[in-house]
Amino acid sequence: MTTVSVTKPSALTWVRRNLFRTPLDAILTIVFGSLAVYVGIRGLLFVFVNGRWEIISVNLKLLMVGRWPADELIAIAVALVILGLWAGLIAGIIAGRQVRKGTSAIEGMTRLERASDLGRRFGLVIATLLLLLSLTDTSGPWLMVLFTFVGGVVGRLIGGQIGVRSLPSWVSRLGIVVMVVIPVWAYLYMASAVPLADWEGFLFNLSSAAAGVVLSFPLGLLLALGRRSKLKLLKGMSIAYIEAVRGAPLYVLLLLANVSLEFFVPAALAPSKVVRAIVTFTLFTAAYIAEIVRGGLQSVPLGQEEAAKALGLSPTKQMRLIVLPQALRNVIPAQIGQFISLFKDTTLAGLALGILDLLNAAGAITQQSDFRGQGLIIETLVFVGFLFWVGSFTMSRESQRLERKLGVGTR
Amino acid sequence: MTTPAPQSRPPFYRDVRILSWAFQLLVFGLIAAVVYWLFGNFQRNTADSGIPTNFDFLANPASFAIPGADFDSNESVRNAYVVGILNTIRVAVVGIILATILGILIGIGRLSKNWVVRKITTVYVEVLRNLPLLVIMTFTFLGVVLQVLPRIENSWVPLGLLVVSNRGIGVPWYQDASGLSLLLVLFVGFLGWWLIARWRHSVSDRTGEASRASLYGGGFFIAVLVIGWLLLGASYTLPVVDGKQIAGGIRIDPSYFAVLIALVIYTASHIAEIVRGSIQAVPLGQGEAATALALSGFQRMWNVVLPQAMRIAIPPLGNQYLNLIKNSSLGAGFAYFELTNVTQVTVGNGSPAVPAFTLALVFYIVLSLIASSFVNLANRRFKLVER
Repeated sequence: MTTVSVTKPSALTWVRRNLFRTPLDAILTIVFGSLAVYVGIRGLLFVFVNGRWEIISVNLKLLMVGRWPADELIAIAVALVILGLWAGLIAGIIAGRQVRKGTSAIEGMTRLERASDLGRRFGLVIATLLLLLSLTDTSGPWLMVLFTFVGGVVGRLIGGQIGVRSLPSWVSRLGIVVMVVIPVWAYLYMASAVPLADWEGFLFNLSSAAAGVVLSFPLGLLLALGRRSKLKLLKGMSIAYIEAVRGAPLYVLLLLANVSLEFFVPAALAPSKVVRAIVTFTLFTAAYIAEIVRGGLQSVPLGQEEAAKALGLSPTKQMRLIVLPQALRNVIPAQIGQFISLFKDTTLAGLALGILDLLNAAGAITQQSDFRGQGLIIETLVFVGFLFWVGSFTMSRESQRLERKLGVGTR
Repeated sequence: MTTPAPQSRPPFYRDVRILSWAFQLLVFGLIAAVVYWLFGNFQRNTADSGIPTNFDFLANPASFAIPGADFDSNESVRNAYVVGILNTIRVAVVGIILATILGILIGIGRLSKNWVVRKITTVYVEVLRNLPLLVIMTFTFLGVVLQVLPRIENSWVPLGLLVVSNRGIGVPWYQDASGLSLLLVLFVGFLGWWLIARWRHSVSDRTGEASRASLYGGGFFIAVLVIGWLLLGASYTLPVVDGKQIAGGIRIDPSYFAVLIALVIYTASHIAEIVRGSIQAVPLGQGEAATALALSGFQRMWNVVLPQAMRIAIPPLGNQYLNLIKNSSLGAGFAYFELTNVTQVTVGNGSPAVPAFTLALVFYIVLSLIASSFVNLANRRFKLVER
């Protein structure tokens, strides 16, 4: 980019260049501009004046966690605080390592710049959280979010200290195991408080998307390696699985799981609806993860593998130490993309299996006796859509950011 | 090494070929064992509960009616599946065409020099792409179709040509809309268009005069449509409100409308990103060269940049088309009788679930394979042939 700006163009010049360059341009500007103004005004009026939002604030708990027993809510709070600490630790360790390697983007920023960077990245999520909190009338959610935030800050500070140090390898290995165990523990802790079968609301959407992506990763990795393998039988089986699953709609798979999963396992194991959904998500997503990982494997230059061979590494070690680390690093953004798409697709489980997920709950509350027949579905859908949108939009922007960063790193 | 390596083969436990086959057989055996276990459970469980596992149910009477189709409840389940597949194809084909047009327009809009257009298209893409399709479809069905569209009693009739109501949208149509004659006319029209375009392009290549293929071809197409209409009796019917029904014309089912709109606006947001990326991947020099040749903005886009961009866009576009076909299964939640809905209803009426859904899955996989072979064909046809 060679921009030689002598003087900043005046506002009038800007308007002429960007809005009224040609007659057609002027027409486009006027038509679409007035349309945008109209839609914008209608939207603002709807949100602040016409929208009847009592239905949301009355049913906020139902939308968020379904019929989770009130005296077990503390389990969610504990798990969230632990997860906050965990996320903070990871962020801190990554940031600390970047400082050590000298690749940190925030090192050298002032505190204010760091805050505004964080605000740009997560401001939307924070604003949404505050909005949700403002709709509650008890102090529990406030305390929960506060403690989670404190946990995140503490984790970030500790992690930053750990990250800049070079640790003996057994410590860092132990650390990795601990970091993997923490979220699993949090998940199981919540499942021990309230059985998985009763997870509803937004909690279901978030947790089952996370469970689906995590569980499908090992299977997807195996399928990708199988598809690249020289062993013909393995290759054939992997391709058959991947292509069959990718040709099938998730909704039909969920319907099939709904009516048939109990036939395939002994009656004692008959899975609950939530487990059915997670099993289907896992088997479905594995095929897509396999293709993502395969792309990552293909992106590693052949010379890497040849160099590893020249060093006398065994095929397993070539893969584990040389090829996979590079391949997996390259596919992190695509994995986030897969998570976003599964996160959005969890709504299908509500329709197919009758789980009271966020979208289903949004439909159900319009049938309550206080709200029936008032056409409140638009309000509830806007609310649900907004929550999903904030989540996916923030994650997709973060993944783009990561992509740029990784792209810079490889060159 | 002083001694030459022995020529004999290594012992079997170190022979790579034997080891690799042993490993494969082990994995295959494991998978086969799991499948055998699952299938054994399945056979035992279905036998215990007396559920059939064969496809005999296809010959049973369907005992449900499909609105908007010439199908009564005495016909077989097999025919219901046929109607379902045709409805899936109906929404998928129209959806793919509309989503492509809208997606290309929005993709170009994102790179427009006009600030307003750029911002609006960006907002469109960022909003629609990050919403679950099911939320959008619920909105178009429960929000727009059932709430915004007027009731049939006070339906909206612009110029007497359309009838817009939440019972459906009436559009003027042939009097005796026999599908076959219509298809024949369309086929002749498109065939003529294609032949004329080929002829004009060859003339243009030989003599250098402007090809105007779209003008001649499109003109021929419209002429065929008009002549065909006149030959078929020049008859038409206008939709009118008749009590609680729309009579005359052709009625677009509200479910079909809602499902189609949701699929189109959602897929278009993804297509727009693909188109934008592909346009940006075309070397800048191409557009600059077109400007240097004094082509207009439209000519530059239509004749120089877009053809090269679409070449890059074909494979990811194909993925979006496959997604749209698969996503049309969500229509089942909104009373649109496509393949999934037919399967769901017939299972609800007592057809065995596992064979019925397996059949639906096989149809979807076949549809996907057909669509992806079309995409591959297009890709091979338009790919740059490198020396």
